[in-house]
Amino acid sequence: MLKINDLHARVAQNDIIKGLNLEINAGEVHAIMGPNGAGKSTLSYSLAGRDNYEVTSGTATLDGKDLLDLEVEERAAAGLFLAFQYPVEIAGVSNMEFMKAAVDAQRAARDQEALSSSEFLKRAKAACKQVNLPLNFLKRGVNEGFSGGEKKRNEIMQMILLEPKISILDESDSGLDIDALKIVAEGINSQRDGERSFLVITHYQRLLDYIKPDFVHVLAEGKIVKSGGPELALELESQGYAWLESYDRTAQDGEQ
Amino acid sequence: MTDQLDEALSREYEAGFVSDVESRTFDPGIDESVIRRISAMKEEPEWMLDWRLKAFEMWKTMPEPDWAHIDYADIDFQAISYYSAPKSMDDRPKSLDEVDPELLRTYEKLGIPLVEQQQLAGIAVDVVFDSVSVVTTFREKLKEKGVIFCPISDAIKEYPELVQKYLGTVVSQKDNFFAALNCAVFTDGSFVYIPKGTRCPMELSTYFRINELNTGQFERTLIIADEGSYVSYLEGCTAPQRDENQLHAAVVELVCLDNAEIKYSTVQNWYPGDENGVGGIYNFVTKRGICHDNAKISWTQVETGSAVTWKYPSCVLKGDNSVGEFYSVALTRGAQQADTGTKMIHLGKNTKSTIISKGISAGKSNNSYRGLVHMGKGSSGARNFTQCDSLLIGDKCGAHTFPYVESRNPTAIVEHEATTSKVSDDQMFLCQQRGLDPEKAVSMIVNGFCKEVFKELPMEFAVEAGKLLEISLEGSVG
Repeated sequence: MLKINDLHARVAQNDIIKGLNLEINAGEVHAIMGPNGAGKSTLSYSLAGRDNYEVTSGTATLDGKDLLDLEVEERAAAGLFLAFQYPVEIAGVSNMEFMKAAVDAQRAARDQEALSSSEFLKRAKAACKQVNLPLNFLKRGVNEGFSGGEKKRNEIMQMILLEPKISILDESDSGLDIDALKIVAEGINSQRDGERSFLVITHYQRLLDYIKPDFVHVLAEGKIVKSGGPELALELESQGYAWLESYDRTAQDGEQ
Repeated sequence: MTDQLDEALSREYEAGFVSDVESRTFDPGIDESVIRRISAMKEEPEWMLDWRLKAFEMWKTMPEPDWAHIDYADIDFQAISYYSAPKSMDDRPKSLDEVDPELLRTYEKLGIPLVEQQQLAGIAVDVVFDSVSVVTTFREKLKEKGVIFCPISDAIKEYPELVQKYLGTVVSQKDNFFAALNCAVFTDGSFVYIPKGTRCPMELSTYFRINELNTGQFERTLIIADEGSYVSYLEGCTAPQRDENQLHAAVVELVCLDNAEIKYSTVQNWYPGDENGVGGIYNFVTKRGICHDNAKISWTQVETGSAVTWKYPSCVLKGDNSVGEFYSVALTRGAQQADTGTKMIHLGKNTKSTIISKGISAGKSNNSYRGLVHMGKGSSGARNFTQCDSLLIGDKCGAHTFPYVESRNPTAIVEHEATTSKVSDDQMFLCQQRGLDPEKAVSMIVNGFCKEVFKELPMEFAVEAGKLLEISLEGSVG
């Protein structure tokens, strides 16, 4: 599924990702944790292809397809989805219109037949219910006047509709109260079917109480410094990141 | 994003073809004899000729206005031909079957299959090709209701009392430089009269097309909605792609009598010139309506074309409780310049006006909103609400707002809201991450921005306007 090999990426001349390796197989849920400034958002933006996030070396493939060679929308059509930490508003464009255009574009890019309007509407309503958003959210402008929690749930709704192969969730738990957190987690869990994969980026262990990851990785100073099972998240929760940073520095010293 | 923007903005103008129609065109230049010839060609009555000549005398003494936020090469008024007509129009067609097939093909290319429209859409269409009106569909059917919809040159001959009573009462001969020129040399345009208490049974529509080289188009439209009547009118405009600038100086007058309502929609797509500002239409247009008691005039415009646009569709709210509305989308790209807006002149009591203006600038274009809200002494209880939003695409374009507010009545209320925003990288990235290509993304964001205005257009034209915007933005971002 997703293979990242020795990835280096920079933003505004600053090297942020410095040799990151990660392999996610079909059906797996991986969590990436790490302190502020570790490069978590840079990793997700680099994979999604955002402007100004420059990959300087390394590879990233999705089902063997070179992601780094594709335009942003082509990566999306290849099956990569990014749930944003701070979803933006698009005034005057209804959620429905937006998502219909997105689904149509992705299906067209994959040579799949277009969904009929009624079939799309059926799916959209179901997705809306699943994340516990009232149906009138389909008619409202994209994120227009939504609360923080509603925006995050709206992201999950989009994920459900687009059925991506790999979903990167960039701090989808930040700013959520416990009820909203549960809804977001349930939305994600409902999509776990043994085929689709997830990369959950988070600061805190608490989201992982609801989404059980298969693997947990610690990202520090641009690379994965430790990997383990779900127990690693608990360890981090109790001990913080400080011990890992010193570990990382030692490792770098060793290289020199 | 900016580089891709620049690259993408070099899109083709779709209506830029030239029709091979044999024409009779006057030599360039203007003097009294030219006006006499125009009038003679049109077999006009004496009073019409006198009116033109009077306007011409006024025009000669008037200075060209220079206050707008636009910059263009001096117009040589002696280098323009003031009359051009397809030759086969000499014997005006009585029905579509008699129209030059090449002309009909032109309209088909423009997406206006007349025959089809006549049969399916039920929209009555008048088409003005260069200087003459080609054909008016549905004339007979409208006549049954007492509705007159015909070329203004016919109206001058057939309904002289109506024309004499109202022509020049809303936009006078000396109103402004371009209006005076229009009064002197106007060649055709549409005339509409809706009788008392009549709801016009269909949308009325006119398409204007400038075809000949070096001709100006000076059309004149007069719409009279008698007491308690209603009409919805739409005009569309295109021109071939040429390196020379062509002048379009139209005048539109609306007379809205007691309790009547006129809805006037424009989709303007004159040739905008190329990326460097070579060629394109100079669009200097005076549009104004007068509202009597309880009357309502609603202007909706979608302006995507022209090299230079100078246009302020206005309402004189003379009657008590009358209502004026102005909904505008103006899109400029490349080197286009638009200075457009409205004037709401509140004279009567409890008059109301609403102005919603959406300006979109891309490329290195300049887009200005200029609006006047005037509350006269007698406008007790009058209200105005203005909302003026600008959207920037890229970082080389400009958006400007020039609101003028004059209040002579302490009970009048004027509100003005303005915003300027950019199509943000965040929005583009969100759209693309969901699978939309950059063009689709921009057009979706811009369409969302314009939604408040599009919903005022008659439905079939709202679709057309959305598509036009999409074409205009084709490839515009990355």
